[in-house]
Amino acid sequence: MILALVGNQNSGKTTLFNRLTGARRQVGNFPGVTVDQALGRSRRYADVEILDLPGIYSLSPYSSEERISRDALMSGRCDGILNIVDATNLERNLYLTLQLIDLGLPMTLALNMMDEVEQQGRSIDVAALEESLGIPVVPIVANSGRGVTELMRTAYETTLEQRRPLRPDLCSGPVHRALHAIAALIEDHAERCQLTPRYAATKVIEGDELLLPRLGLNENELDACEHIITEMERELGTDRLAALADMRYSFIQPMVAQVTQLHADRSQMSDRTARIDRVLTHRILALPLFLLIMALIFWISFGPIGLTLSDCFADAIAALGARTAEALTAADVNPVVVSLVEDGVFGGVGSVLGFLPMILLLFTLLGMLEDSGYMARIAFFMDRLLQHIGLSGSSFVPMLLGFGCTVPAVMATRTLPSRRDRLMTVLLVPFMSCSAKVPVYALLASVFFPHCQTLIIVGLYILGMLLAVANGLILRNTVFLGESIPFVLELPPYRFPSPLSVWRDVRQRAKDFMTRAFTVIFVVTLAIWFLETFDPRLNVAGDGESILASLGRLAAPLFAPLGFGDWRVVSAVISGFSAKEAVISALRVAAGGLAGSFEAQLQTLLSVPAAFSLLVFVLLYTPCSAAVAAMAREIRIRFSLPLIIIFQTAYAWVIAFFGYRTALHVAAGHYLRAILVLLLLLGSWLLVYVASRRRRPATVKQKAKGS
Amino acid sequence: MTLDQLEQGKPARIVNVGGDTALRRRLLDMGLTPGTVVEIDRFAPLGDPLELCLRGYHLSLRLGAARDIEVEALP
Repeated sequence: MILALVGNQNSGKTTLFNRLTGARRQVGNFPGVTVDQALGRSRRYADVEILDLPGIYSLSPYSSEERISRDALMSGRCDGILNIVDATNLERNLYLTLQLIDLGLPMTLALNMMDEVEQQGRSIDVAALEESLGIPVVPIVANSGRGVTELMRTAYETTLEQRRPLRPDLCSGPVHRALHAIAALIEDHAERCQLTPRYAATKVIEGDELLLPRLGLNENELDACEHIITEMERELGTDRLAALADMRYSFIQPMVAQVTQLHADRSQMSDRTARIDRVLTHRILALPLFLLIMALIFWISFGPIGLTLSDCFADAIAALGARTAEALTAADVNPVVVSLVEDGVFGGVGSVLGFLPMILLLFTLLGMLEDSGYMARIAFFMDRLLQHIGLSGSSFVPMLLGFGCTVPAVMATRTLPSRRDRLMTVLLVPFMSCSAKVPVYALLASVFFPHCQTLIIVGLYILGMLLAVANGLILRNTVFLGESIPFVLELPPYRFPSPLSVWRDVRQRAKDFMTRAFTVIFVVTLAIWFLETFDPRLNVAGDGESILASLGRLAAPLFAPLGFGDWRVVSAVISGFSAKEAVISALRVAAGGLAGSFEAQLQTLLSVPAAFSLLVFVLLYTPCSAAVAAMAREIRIRFSLPLIIIFQTAYAWVIAFFGYRTALHVAAGHYLRAILVLLLLLGSWLLVYVASRRRRPATVKQKAKGS
Repeated sequence: MTLDQLEQGKPARIVNVGGDTALRRRLLDMGLTPGTVVEIDRFAPLGDPLELCLRGYHLSLRLGAARDIEVEALP
């Protein structure tokens, strides 16, 4: 038995899914966190599977998540519907409920957030609501688990006994008459498509582009329907879409008023939200506060606290590695194996695992922001900024997540309402420095820029964002002509972050990171160690005779203009494709043949300007394989995978080249020349930008002619 | 008058929702149907978008969309 879990965005759907199945899905207090559908087995009923669908407001195919949910509901796969609604926002939530009832499937309603309703001093007459809607209603609190067992039993029995909605006819007036007339007319067609005539009739009135062709109405029937609809419009003095929406809300409004009782006027919740919003979205304070909050998050994660924890971790692993190597040497084990264990295994994975505390901290804090409802406010007040590059405020959150990891950031773009916005955001997300690049920044900055580490790291973050804006401005005039779909975003009440859901999220991310560290990065470390240790004839290689050296030498001339044309650095950069953290472990292994500590080895390999150039290159070149795979999946353009890799790497090469030249001049004290190089870069960007603006009207005209 | 001209904190009733079909459909789905009473909570720090209170919840939409929504101020 498959139960579809459907509800508005932000109704607590994913929390309930976690409760029902024990699965660990990411939950947040931001509309649209569920980016894909997931199937989970019920904890209590072994024969029940629950399909977690993206949050939707309606069954019209407005955005891709609405389409996913609609397709799933109409596919015939689902035996019943479990509709979750936010009881504090009943009126808007029940709008979807009415449309779901039209589908005619066995359905149970979960009234979530009943604790907040009680805190507001209100109560909801569940029996009266059941009576009005004709479906079973169960009050729950998904966060604490109250009522969830009862809900699952009700949903199970309703579906098992195929109890369909008792009152499938929730409307009155001219729309009601039109619906009935059309339903009678198209009954055969609807049943052939396995739809209820009423649902099909509403879709005919809405002029649904996806469903109408499926119904296969002939010319006469279409004319008859159109006649009925225009007749209804004339009678109501309004158009069909407004008439349908109005019909549903006109049914809901008095019903909600009837079943809700206000005992004491304690609307603390909305008061609290209003009070917080007065500060956090304040005209003047909002942006500084936002910057402060982000700065605090980054300071905690990447500053002293994160660093201290990381150092403890890294030292412990290094000590363990040294101890193991000693023991192996004492046991007279082959030196190649000892080297494999100490340098390959402990050295590589250890240097990556040292950054686990940082990642845990960052995602705990970001998770709290998401859960509290602040993320939606960020979209609200950042919208204006992103409008300039042709995006909406909703794209800001994926971009922000891009600072954590490109993979979830790219996946989060699926909640954006238009394909255009999605594509553009996906292309810009990699310019946000992901957390995996931080270890590389931190290491190179500490070795080469000991006096201005923070400045260099912050500078790289800013450089990435500036380049994203620069590219966005060009993209909106070329590839992504046209305006973005203006965003209509719900601002949920502030809620205290649920420790359980934050913890689940962090645990999931830590697990992802560990899996990556122990699989991808581990394999790369071992592969690099192998390529470095053996020569092409698989004998233990002397210095500079290894397979990797040959590969590195082959590619090195390409990187010479950037200042790091040494095969060891080049091979490390290549291995960064598997995972950005791997650049360090690969460098560590590759530089092993040089004299001195790792720091000294790095200083032998790179000059200070070359280190700067390498930093810029790492910021911009092709994202790791996992991110590229995620991007290719979202973009769905043929050859997008190699295109992304080639474009990003070529782009990184150009910018790093300019960076290297600038750094060389600065190092030599020729500040004027450095500024000239930067001006040259800015000039070429301006040239492209102006050229793209020139093209714009022509393309629009062509489009108009074409249509 | 249109919604973008409405003063902050003054209630108004929606008369008509215009605009292109996709956005209009979304607005209607979100409960901005003719006759609904709305109130502007605030404008974003950068002037756009605005936060609207209707049917007991809060919604953010851009000035561009608000220009297509006709309202009448309530006394």
